[in-house]
Amino acid sequence: AMDTDLSSQDRKDLDKFIKFFALKTVQVIVQARLGEKICTRSSSSPTGSDWFNLAIKDIPEVTHEAKKALAGQLPTVGRSMCVEISLKTSEGDSMELEIWCLEMNEKCDKEIKVSYTVYNRLSLLLKSLLSITRVTPAYRLSRKQGHEYVILYRIYFGEVQLSGLGEGFQTVRVGTVGTPVGTITLSCAYRINLAFMSTRQFERTPPIMGIIIDHFVDRPYPSSSPMHPCNYRAGEDNAAVYPSVEDSQEVCTTSFSTSPPSQCVFTVTKAHFQTPSPVVTDTLKVPVMGLAFSHQLSSSRLSYQPAALGVGSADMGYPVLFAGGLNAAHPHQLLGPGKEGGVPPAPSQPAHGTQADQERMCIPLDGVHYSAATPSSSEDTETVSNSSEGKCSSPHDLLETIFIRKVGAFVSKPVNQVTMANLDIPFAMFAPKNVELEDNDPMVNPPDSPGTESPLQGSLHSEGSSGSSTGNTHDDFVMIDFKPAFSKDDILPMDLGTFYREFQNPPQLSSLSIDIGAQSMAEDLDSLPEKLAVHEKNVKEFDAFVETLQ
Amino acid sequence: CPCRTCCRGPRGAAPAMNCRAEVLEVSVEGRQVEEAMLAVLHTILLHRSTGKFHYKKEGTYSIGTVGTQDVDCDFIDFAYVRVSSDELDRALRKAVGEFKDALRSSGSDGMGQISLEFYQKKKSRWPFSDECILWELWTIKVNVVNLANEQERQICREKVGEKLCEKIINIVEVMNRHEYLPKMPTQSEVDNVFDTSLKDVQPYLYKISYQITDSLGTSVTTTMRRLIKDTLAL
Repeated sequence: AMDTDLSSQDRKDLDKFIKFFALKTVQVIVQARLGEKICTRSSSSPTGSDWFNLAIKDIPEVTHEAKKALAGQLPTVGRSMCVEISLKTSEGDSMELEIWCLEMNEKCDKEIKVSYTVYNRLSLLLKSLLSITRVTPAYRLSRKQGHEYVILYRIYFGEVQLSGLGEGFQTVRVGTVGTPVGTITLSCAYRINLAFMSTRQFERTPPIMGIIIDHFVDRPYPSSSPMHPCNYRAGEDNAAVYPSVEDSQEVCTTSFSTSPPSQCVFTVTKAHFQTPSPVVTDTLKVPVMGLAFSHQLSSSRLSYQPAALGVGSADMGYPVLFAGGLNAAHPHQLLGPGKEGGVPPAPSQPAHGTQADQERMCIPLDGVHYSAATPSSSEDTETVSNSSEGKCSSPHDLLETIFIRKVGAFVSKPVNQVTMANLDIPFAMFAPKNVELEDNDPMVNPPDSPGTESPLQGSLHSEGSSGSSTGNTHDDFVMIDFKPAFSKDDILPMDLGTFYREFQNPPQLSSLSIDIGAQSMAEDLDSLPEKLAVHEKNVKEFDAFVETLQ
Repeated sequence: CPCRTCCRGPRGAAPAMNCRAEVLEVSVEGRQVEEAMLAVLHTILLHRSTGKFHYKKEGTYSIGTVGTQDVDCDFIDFAYVRVSSDELDRALRKAVGEFKDALRSSGSDGMGQISLEFYQKKKSRWPFSDECILWELWTIKVNVVNLANEQERQICREKVGEKLCEKIINIVEVMNRHEYLPKMPTQSEVDNVFDTSLKDVQPYLYKISYQITDSLGTSVTTTMRRLIKDTLAL
């Protein structure tokens, strides 16, 4: 070590500065890719907790993941901290957009004063980072994310890997700060070839773990239930949540999606608890941990609620993190039958990169699943398993929760592997005959879990009509069970629920149906000459009539 | 500038020996002038502002916190980060507004430049007046183009956005050189180095001035137009 001249206090300070600088760097980068404008306030009185005299919020998960990636180490020569930003489309294609690298080289500046100059220069470097994160191409992409793609990040520590950026990537240097133990460099390598078409598939190594939203739908009911920002982390439950990270050299890398508040995607992390073997059909296998959350009706936006689903809370590690509808009563079994044929086999563990062990990704809201081993991103047929299973010597069992895609209640057409005959839907008789499924991927409804405090759950059941009030989104909307609030059986022979169901989906007006409409249009046209002739004959009558009106 | 008599900027001379001078050039449409100027000025000032100093006993001081916020441009495909200080934003907008008005009323060619100077005050003993010493000078040369149709304007939006990205990178490069910065002042000297009049942040003492250039002919405007036409032709 070349720090013989550095006092131990200075050394300690320097290490602390570098550590927090690394954490703040990650925060700035990730927050700049959330897709929303960031705003923090200046404060003239020092609060003492704002590192580098800058108001940079700390998203807890991000800090947590960064700490995990660093595993107590600091950037040194050959071991850099990298934040990888990538894009993933609704069809499952992904591509790396940027790699932000925090590196340390050997060039030391012995004369520099740690507590003052280094600190201030690190502050300046963070300001530069704030500015630069807005000028690379990924910024504009991230501001537009949501419907067709999401932006993900992944933190890893070790060797910088730029090969995923395609040819001709460019580099921008954010800045450097010399210290007595080396020079800190912050830079960004970014892809310039963004001509990325959905037909192109990108194979990822290391394997993808997790599922992506592949159905981006506009939310039709903006007011029907509250949305939680994706960086809202179960407020109340937050404190409990982060267990100690395994000290493994092969630090698991993590990635989260960064998306606007109205659209949440969550990542899955390693599970820590046992699970009963689930009953599976048409499944989506994801490693799951912790709490379930229900997702938004008819949209791919997740509403995050920390409902316990009967998983032994003592075993729970990280907070909620998965998508899919779970039946509260059977946390590992999804509602309804689905595909026949049982569970698709788990793929073999794919090869890993040396540092980038796992990538956590956003979670799809419908039942699309991905195989970790295959690059194909076609829907419905693949599964994902926790790639850390074989890799990390985890003493914990990995939960693989199986999700079943539930077909919409009002869907008449079978969807891929789900057939009507199999469906045990409550309103099958009302299913319209000519409803076209959008993308064949209806959203799974949040489960009926009366014990939860989710505002979303509450709104689902409060009127019974949230989400189904407009009849034209049946494809996206699935009602698992119908319990209209305030309905009683005593007064009328027909209860509110039955009434509602019966009249929920009245038949279309015949004049509005396309066939009849087309028919009558042709008829109308044909009969026009005839009608005209009649009117001409009666022209005197018409004139007289008009006279009476004047 | 409080020391009007002595602080000499681009019109005069006498910057400090170690004064940095940087020049940036942009070609923009009339309605983009303000946003482009604000983007550049705010980016520079973000790097040249600290939190408010609070001096304690024994000459130590603590520093307040600087907040930041994203600004989206309406007429340019561009976004930038500025310090969260309404006072500072107002001061910059005022200066840029005056510059824009001057440009507009100057004549058809629309060329000018805005200067952002950072200076230090050096107290002199009576009867000499205080000196202002320039230690960093930023000159932003602006060329206003007139575009004929909506298509050209759309291209201009994107192109100017890309250009501004380059400018931000240039600015950050300069900031990263860690060259001369005034020494951190004692309490009695702080007003010689920093502008302490703002309530939430503390930029280095700065001054903004501008100049409208006399017409140099239409060559620049024509070039810009040709560039856009070439792009359309592709």
